[in-house]
Amino acid sequence: MKRLSAILLAAGLVCGGVAFAVDDPSEMLPNPAQEKRAEAIGAHLRCLVCQNESIEDSSAPLARDLRKVVREQVAAGKSDQQIMDWMTQRYGEFIRLAPTFSLSTALLWLMPLVALIAGLLIAWRTAMRRVATPSPLTDNERARLDALSGRE
Amino acid sequence: MNATRRGIITALPIVGAGVLGLGFWRILSGMRTGTFDPRAINNPQVGKPVPNFAIPGLPGLGDGFTDAELRAQTRPVLVNFFASWCIPCVQEMPGLRAISRDLPIWGVAYEDKPENASAFVKRDGTPYARVASDRHGRVAIDWGVTGVPESFLVMPGGRIVWHGSAALDPALFESEIRPHLARL
Amino acid sequence: MFGPEQGHFALALACVLALVQFVLPLWGAARRNGRMVALAPYLAVSQLIALAMSFACLVLSAVRDDFSVQNVAANSSIAKPLLYKITGVWGNHEGSVLLWTLILGLCGAAVSVFGRNLPDILRARVLAILGGVSAGFQLFCLLTSDPFERVFPAPMDGQGMNPLLQDPGLAFHPPILYTGYVGFAVPFAFAVAALIEGRVDAAWGRWVRPWAVAAWCFLTCGIALGSWWSYYVLGWGGYWFWDPVENASLIPWLTGTALVHSAIVVEKREGLKIWTVLLAIATFSFSLSGTFLVRSGILNSVHAFANDPARGVFILGLLALVIGGSLALFAWRAPSLTSGGLFSPISREGSLVLNNILLCSICAVVVTGTMYPPFMQLLFGRTISVGKPFFDSATIPLTLPLLLAMGVGTALPWKRAQLAKTFSHLYAATGVAAIGVVLCFWKLSGILPVACGILAIWVIAASVSDVLRRLGLGHTGVRGMIARARSLPRSSWGAALAHIGAGIVVLGLCGMSQAEHAIVEIHVGETRSLGGDDWTLLDVHDRIGPNYKAMRADIAIHHNGRLVTIMHPERRDFTTQNQTTTEVSIHTNLITDLYGVIGDRHGSGANTTYVLRLHRNPLAPWMWLGGLVMAIGGAFSLSDRRLRVGAPKRSSIRNMARA
Repeated sequence: MKRLSAILLAAGLVCGGVAFAVDDPSEMLPNPAQEKRAEAIGAHLRCLVCQNESIEDSSAPLARDLRKVVREQVAAGKSDQQIMDWMTQRYGEFIRLAPTFSLSTALLWLMPLVALIAGLLIAWRTAMRRVATPSPLTDNERARLDALSGRE
Repeated sequence: MNATRRGIITALPIVGAGVLGLGFWRILSGMRTGTFDPRAINNPQVGKPVPNFAIPGLPGLGDGFTDAELRAQTRPVLVNFFASWCIPCVQEMPGLRAISRDLPIWGVAYEDKPENASAFVKRDGTPYARVASDRHGRVAIDWGVTGVPESFLVMPGGRIVWHGSAALDPALFESEIRPHLARL
Repeated sequence: MFGPEQGHFALALACVLALVQFVLPLWGAARRNGRMVALAPYLAVSQLIALAMSFACLVLSAVRDDFSVQNVAANSSIAKPLLYKITGVWGNHEGSVLLWTLILGLCGAAVSVFGRNLPDILRARVLAILGGVSAGFQLFCLLTSDPFERVFPAPMDGQGMNPLLQDPGLAFHPPILYTGYVGFAVPFAFAVAALIEGRVDAAWGRWVRPWAVAAWCFLTCGIALGSWWSYYVLGWGGYWFWDPVENASLIPWLTGTALVHSAIVVEKREGLKIWTVLLAIATFSFSLSGTFLVRSGILNSVHAFANDPARGVFILGLLALVIGGSLALFAWRAPSLTSGGLFSPISREGSLVLNNILLCSICAVVVTGTMYPPFMQLLFGRTISVGKPFFDSATIPLTLPLLLAMGVGTALPWKRAQLAKTFSHLYAATGVAAIGVVLCFWKLSGILPVACGILAIWVIAASVSDVLRRLGLGHTGVRGMIARARSLPRSSWGAALAHIGAGIVVLGLCGMSQAEHAIVEIHVGETRSLGGDDWTLLDVHDRIGPNYKAMRADIAIHHNGRLVTIMHPERRDFTTQNQTTTEVSIHTNLITDLYGVIGDRHGSGANTTYVLRLHRNPLAPWMWLGGLVMAIGGAFSLSDRRLRVGAPKRSSIRNMARA
């Protein structure tokens, strides 16, 4: 773990890059539409040094290099999918801030639906049961009832 | 029946919390023994052939190298990314010199001025059989490097079989790299 | 007298008192021993006094620059301003744990003092549970995170504090946030006490709700303050990272919000009892796990904490006792709790159930997203990331129905609603929302921002029209309405305010989704335009601060040729810490924030250029103002005398107001 990130942390920087992530404007693409696309792609790529930030937010040198790569590829007319694939090939699934849907991430992506359906189902069944079955008499109660109604 | 079902439902929270707690305990004990690193990144290059590249040498230290030269080797090679501005790289140097007696090490200076990198390598005697400069860090990206130092074990034919992102020392070499060499 | 050793001793004393507070009242309650039961409040108050002594000792050590105390030496320095010497006490792990236990002690004392009208046995059990939790964390503090540890020889000066943390917003963020977290210990203790007693009824719901609402207010403020801090200190125009540390505060907020609502159903309809007990346990469990697991280093976060797995193991053991114990009790006793009456899906209680389902679904998503990466790595050795894009796309679709239900819910009567009549109450709100549709399509781009914006306007309109309807708009004159306004329960005002606040927050988020920014490199005197404003760099000069050197820019902003403001963003170099921070400059008119940051200087002489980052953030202040309105709503609810602990049963005022 003795790495650049560790040094930054040891120096008390809360990977504080964020504090001065004002960067070289020359790295921005001249075409505003392309620049916007590049920013959107960058927002989906995780910075590998200041983890948990996207490369667009990070001022780490590696994030800057990756921003440049994204912009070069956008300018070269690559599709979003191609650029994400290029990045995943080099850094693995880790670089995607939103993991791709697969068998192993199915629980993650389906969680909103699973939780919602489970909640509605439990609420519905509880309500149904309560309407359908007034709780049956216990033996004790039945005995008392029998006694009251005079059946011996 | 109804009571059993109620019992099962009310026991669900503690079962869930128990599973989570067990997981946390495994993670924490892994962190203490060093088998679990919450900041780890799996490098997908392991198991794949080395990426294509050609980079120049450092002043006074030869010509640099290319992927073709790396693939053409008949012995395993340790490829080490370093920089003169990186403190763990300085600490790693004596260890690398010791390892270089068993295994040729090819160095790549990452995002470093060639003259600085050259002076750094020469200062106490170079551990590197060959050394090259990745001035703008583009080759490092192809290798999936996220910081320095990082090392890769490349087998004859050019397949990467091991990747490490900690500063190397002889102990780490024996425990992590030697088994791969023994398998040859 | 008030030295570190005395502080250490006071903490140990508090720990012993807390243990006694845990054991005696529980035993007394089981044995129906009136004397032991009556001891509980005294123990709680004396524990607080000991804790306050201990905390005062630590604060004094910091104020006196006693660098023989390891904690002060590591986090303070002579040059640090007095305010930050005091607030710095809780800016580190050891001090923050002590603050945490102090607040827990305060909660116990508050239950003792304000809970005089609770049944003695119930109060004794609640205090015992609080004492038990207290004792655990005081032990943690004493054994693994002793803030009073000495160093020898004492250094001449301390190592100082991260300059990013020297900020008034952050100074008061931890106490408020912790009060929120710790405050949920009281509903938790009520839940555990109810499980021991085996009884949950309407009175229990009425007693537990004010504590939950109070904790919720603090947590809401704490989260808003934290988000505001990252907005104006970190300087990149963002406000929420979806970082594990932030999620750790959002998760108990979501379940806490659900709890505040479900407790109403317990109080009014004797329904959702088991569920409410579970929510109370879950909320505090999430608070605990959130605050402490973050420190163990398991979760990979941008926020640097002193990570120590050894501490983590102790914490985990403690969590297992508190959470595992209470959930085991729940599994054992909850099936015997009787459940309440029937309810129809189209009713106030039905809508509160829907609210709970949606909030808990969002919570489930956030928990899963936060826990997925470490568990994937543990079980399959695969490293993946779950970040902002995932959370945005998974939580917003669940928020939309929640907003829709918020508007309808308050218009529904209890028990059974007539749809036609309810909708007739909502005509006005629907009309306003229709205007909102036009406004949103005109001002916002993107499907989700438009949908959220429309629904936020709908929530606000429905809340306002609900209050107006209760005041009898259209039925009585102005005088009648004022009379009704006086007699309308404060909790109704509170609920309306809180919902309006939530709507304002969502509008703020929608506005921020349309934020624009530009990164420019310009000479002094040059102008760039962004979103209709012209930004001119007038001058850049150097300035010497108390413990830093700064580069300060003067930027004039004109709108259609009219001067809007001159702002002064700075870049500060803290030489002792070898750290650079940016001092953002924000101009706000409460509708739009203009946000300027100065970066690097390039070149020299006449060819010097400066990198500036300019942001235009529409409705940004609404995010935090809305949070404040929500908290004020909660506070309003608290001032309702019917909600006050032990207040007489509800009067007929409410029924009059309903008419």
